[in-house]
Amino acid sequence: MRYIPSSKEDIRKMLSDIGVNSLDDLFQTIPNEFQFRGKFSFPAAFSEQELNQHLWDLANQNEHMMKFASFLGGGAYHHYVPALVDALISRGEFLTSYTPYQPEISQGTLQAIFEFQTFVCQITGMDIANASMYDGASSAAEAVLMARRVKPDRHRVLVSSAVHPNYRKVIATYTANLPIEIIELPYDESGKTDLAAFEKGLRDNTICVVLQSPNYFGVIEDQEKLFAAARANGALSISLIAEAASLGILKSPGECGADLAAGECQSLGLHVGYGGPYAGFLSTRQAYLRNIPGRLVGQARDLQGRRGFVLTLAAREQHIRREKATSNICTNQGLCALAVTIYLSFLGAEGFRSLAIRNLQMASYARKVLSRVAKLRFSGPNFNEFVLQLKSDAEAVVEKLTANKIFAGIPLGRYYPELKNCLLVCVTEMNKKSQIEQLASELEAAQ
Amino acid sequence: MYPDDYRYTKEHEWIKKGNAEATVGITTYAQKELGDIVYVELPTVGKKFAMGEAFGSIESVKAVSEIYAPLEMEIVSVNSTVVDQPELINQDPHGKGWLVKVKLGNADLDSLLSSGEYEELISQEKH
Repeated sequence: MRYIPSSKEDIRKMLSDIGVNSLDDLFQTIPNEFQFRGKFSFPAAFSEQELNQHLWDLANQNEHMMKFASFLGGGAYHHYVPALVDALISRGEFLTSYTPYQPEISQGTLQAIFEFQTFVCQITGMDIANASMYDGASSAAEAVLMARRVKPDRHRVLVSSAVHPNYRKVIATYTANLPIEIIELPYDESGKTDLAAFEKGLRDNTICVVLQSPNYFGVIEDQEKLFAAARANGALSISLIAEAASLGILKSPGECGADLAAGECQSLGLHVGYGGPYAGFLSTRQAYLRNIPGRLVGQARDLQGRRGFVLTLAAREQHIRREKATSNICTNQGLCALAVTIYLSFLGAEGFRSLAIRNLQMASYARKVLSRVAKLRFSGPNFNEFVLQLKSDAEAVVEKLTANKIFAGIPLGRYYPELKNCLLVCVTEMNKKSQIEQLASELEAAQ
Repeated sequence: MYPDDYRYTKEHEWIKKGNAEATVGITTYAQKELGDIVYVELPTVGKKFAMGEAFGSIESVKAVSEIYAPLEMEIVSVNSTVVDQPELINQDPHGKGWLVKVKLGNADLDSLLSSGEYEELISQEKH
């Protein structure tokens, strides 16, 4: 679709066709005192060359991860994105297309989504996955809504307080007007969800339990134990994943007994950016197929027996079923999901595993080096993130290190007032040993 | 085509009263309109429904439709065979394709349509 602004002649013709003399006449129904008659104070237009310079000047004011030693994680992870990913998704056929509404004509798009779904099933250990969601937080909320569709007579949702704070907020927003009681489970000294509180919270009206692993503190949860207890109670288990690179080495949600897996794809070939655009994933077991939100691509054969792809189960979507639709999401993050598909096929199973191991090794080295200058706050096992307890307010320490071109991590006091001196540190394959050593010496000096 | 000892609704359900309980399903007309049925969602035993309330849904290749309680009722059993083989509803809607068995309150079956009245209704819908 081209955008061509109306010329003076176009405007004159339109006015004359509807029988109005001037634009002022057209707007006369707006009372005079509400009409703006002054001049807009815009600066003079730039030439292309001036505009280019202006944008570079603005961009140069940004600080970013390639200029800094970055230890930021907490839901957005600095991983290497191979040039191949951006080169392929930049093809016009992919870059300019929207989620297919006349789907079968776009076989390439459908095949890419089908492969995305297959990858999500493989890395999460589940039977079926949808065509992607907006991001990790909305996937988490959709998973809770889906659990409620499976257990319509139950009203209680147990959410670990070690789930990403933003994910918890979105879950609260999505469920605000539903008859659901959200119970937040505390974390214990290991940084895991408190088992006793979980057991106490589990009632026969519990819809589901929601854990994230590794959780917001980077600690790997005892998912199998909690999920088994939930199952025995007739409740569903939701496993959230913010750091999908961890799936290269950790047991998958499916293996841990989760009924639903939901999370963030950003680690799989998407740039950290300014917090987006990202893509969410959602997968589940075959038994819950009819309750899955969003779009679903299936493989089929045409009349001549050739392999093809179709949007399937669309009869439950809102353009057909209106207010009774399974969910209100009729779209997906097509381009981001494609990037994830290309990234994972490029890495392959072995590459995906080696990348996870590399993250684990770097983080474990960092843990060792940094534990000499600060206490490890939690005793539970980690993947590539962990929490340091500093001697003073983490917010001020982070500020000091930023001046020295280090993003030291996320001060946890922002979300957990009781963890004011705590710093969430993330180490990926993008960090060098020298950066870790620099962080240790700067942290020592700044506390 | 439409048994005389069944009663019918404008929403195309049928109900047949037995001794202690009644059986509910959808009509031949309904299954034809829906096309190939691929999935049925039925309630759990013990659930109660007011007259006209949706108690389940039927999905065909074209659409998903609600199924409504013909009268106030409580679910006594559900037809698990149609859950596994939803095509039974297309093949034998008034027999093996039944959906639920229910206990009725003091409901008045005579307030529903007779077979003659129902046939009259669908002959009008067809035009």
